[in-house]
Amino acid sequence: MIRLPIYPAAPPRRPTDGPVRDVALTIDGAAVQVPEGATLLDACAAAGIEVPTLCFAANLTPVNACRICVVELEGARTLVPSCSRKVEAGMVVRTDSPRVRTARKLVLELLGSSVDLSAAPNVARWIERYDAHPARFGPAAAPAAAGARDAAAPGHHHGGDGATAATVAQPAKVDNDLFVRDYGKCILCYKCVEACGDDAQHTYAIAVAGRGFDARISTELATPLPDSACVFCGNCVNACPTGALVFTREFELRRDGQWDEARQQETTTVCPYCGVGCAITLRTQDNQVVRVTSPLDSSVTSGNLCVKGRFGWQYVGDRPPPETK
Amino acid sequence: MLREVTDSGLVGRGGAAFPTGRKWAAVAAQAGRPKYVVCNADESEPGTFKDRVLMEEDPFALIEAMTIAGTTVGAELGFLYLRGEYPLARARLTAALAEARARGLLGDDVMGKGARFDIELRLGAGAYICGEETALFASIEGFRGEPRTKPPFPVEAGLFGRPTVVNNVETLVNVLGIVADGAAAYRALGTAGSPGTRLFCVSGNVARPGLYELPFGVTLRALLDLAGADDPAAVLLGGAAGTFVGAADLELPLTFEDTRAAGATLGSGVVLVLDRTVALGPVLARIAQFFRDESCGQCVPCRVGTVRQEELITRLARGAPRGAVADERALLAELGQCMRDASICGLGQTASSAIESAVARLKVFADEVTP
Repeated sequence: MIRLPIYPAAPPRRPTDGPVRDVALTIDGAAVQVPEGATLLDACAAAGIEVPTLCFAANLTPVNACRICVVELEGARTLVPSCSRKVEAGMVVRTDSPRVRTARKLVLELLGSSVDLSAAPNVARWIERYDAHPARFGPAAAPAAAGARDAAAPGHHHGGDGATAATVAQPAKVDNDLFVRDYGKCILCYKCVEACGDDAQHTYAIAVAGRGFDARISTELATPLPDSACVFCGNCVNACPTGALVFTREFELRRDGQWDEARQQETTTVCPYCGVGCAITLRTQDNQVVRVTSPLDSSVTSGNLCVKGRFGWQYVGDRPPPETK
Repeated sequence: MLREVTDSGLVGRGGAAFPTGRKWAAVAAQAGRPKYVVCNADESEPGTFKDRVLMEEDPFALIEAMTIAGTTVGAELGFLYLRGEYPLARARLTAALAEARARGLLGDDVMGKGARFDIELRLGAGAYICGEETALFASIEGFRGEPRTKPPFPVEAGLFGRPTVVNNVETLVNVLGIVADGAAAYRALGTAGSPGTRLFCVSGNVARPGLYELPFGVTLRALLDLAGADDPAAVLLGGAAGTFVGAADLELPLTFEDTRAAGATLGSGVVLVLDRTVALGPVLARIAQFFRDESCGQCVPCRVGTVRQEELITRLARGAPRGAVADERALLAELGQCMRDASICGLGQTASSAIESAVARLKVFADEVTP
């Protein structure tokens, strides 16, 4: 991987409106000190403990919806989400108790039995670590027809006979040239909604529609993306942890079995389109751009780009046909 | 006022049984303005109808109680979040609010005493989740009805992020008796841990279904005798989010502390009686279906867990378990633990409560025989 030293990676800065005190707590029997305002997830990281996360991203407000990061907090009736719970002095936390392991195992099984997690990094490793068996909920039910899930009304489901496990499997939505919405891979982590809305883009083209298991990410009235408020910044694609939102080229390569990370490299450079100077990371396979991201720790972008920096790279691959050389 | 409500030992009647005085004192102690009073009248727990009766029969009592709450904690605006399916209560509350304003009981100078307080009526749109207090706030604010993470609690950051008192209808109406007669008189009824009276919503296989007001501490048997239950084989206490008890539990005193010690709950006051002619399997399947329908879909344990629970209970109720019934029961217990431990709000945390209690206490799905 070629990584040019353009922007020094610095930890996110805290507001400096006064001295920051350290908070002492106990995690898995060990004393840990972190600055006040840190989360339990930060504290676990400081203690060198890996906590699995799916809906958490460093540049988005925690929504703590996936519940895989839960830990046991002494004195609390339920487990608490480590990604959003702030540290308090004297907390006693366990990250690997039987209750925590059961909750994480079940979350992985519930997701694994209802969603295609094949493109989600780390999940296979966690499934092994927590001894999760998604198949014990039974064989998967038949996939939904295109548009069927978008038409589901709240409070009116057909439960079936219980012999098969309901899933969110459905055909991918391909309605534009830039990215594909493959909602059979969607775990409803809300990251794309946040990136489209309050946390980055303030476009609000997508939101959660429907209720319960029928809840899904949708444009207004489920219109195709080109007819919606979407500005194709692709910040939702950047935020997606499971490959449900994916660059069209990457989607095609994966579909055709041509996606090969061994033949890929990443090059961090600067977007040449305007004077802002956004850091971009080009992922290439066989010298063709297949994915564009921006480093989350870039002080210019915080991981966000616009439509040009995200998608405007077709010309890079436009080479003269061989016979005219 | 704060001392009287605190000394009365009044606890919330919506289901969670939190001490009302502590809630009010916490909001009164908050320095920030504005603060809000919210009345949770989104009575959606299956089998509950006490708040509807209160609002339809005496809407002014609720308006008075909300005004007392507002002036006590320093709020100038109250929101009454009414279940959308209560048109009669809506009409009567609307008329009562207009009348109260016309008579100077609400407005910029309540009763000429220099305090400002008014009430806005807001309607729910049929979602069970909006009875959860933080989802209710989101609904009033114009957002999708999804619960929020606690902490922060509503007394610090509630409606519109402001300190908020949120109380159930029955809780608020209880305040009037405490104001009129004092905390000591209120404590004369009920038990030390559960002072006062309770409204019980009795339905099912009884001769005289309806709303019963009895002092806390009355036994389940005494309540069922009043209602005329000949054969209470199974009694659902607290609604779909509550617990089943059986014929062996009839001497249970109906108090918060006794039901808690027995691993049951009073919840919102539901007492749903089923006799031995009722097959419990399909009843549990209906409860599982209800929670799948009403999960908001925000968190994984509840969104997918309620689906897997429905599938599992449907299999058992059909007499078609996957493998041994004991294995299905073990899977149900694991599902229940995950939903109880890891769901964001009370909906997911209690979605397996009634089902698991029926399996444990009433031995539903106890063997390979179809129930």
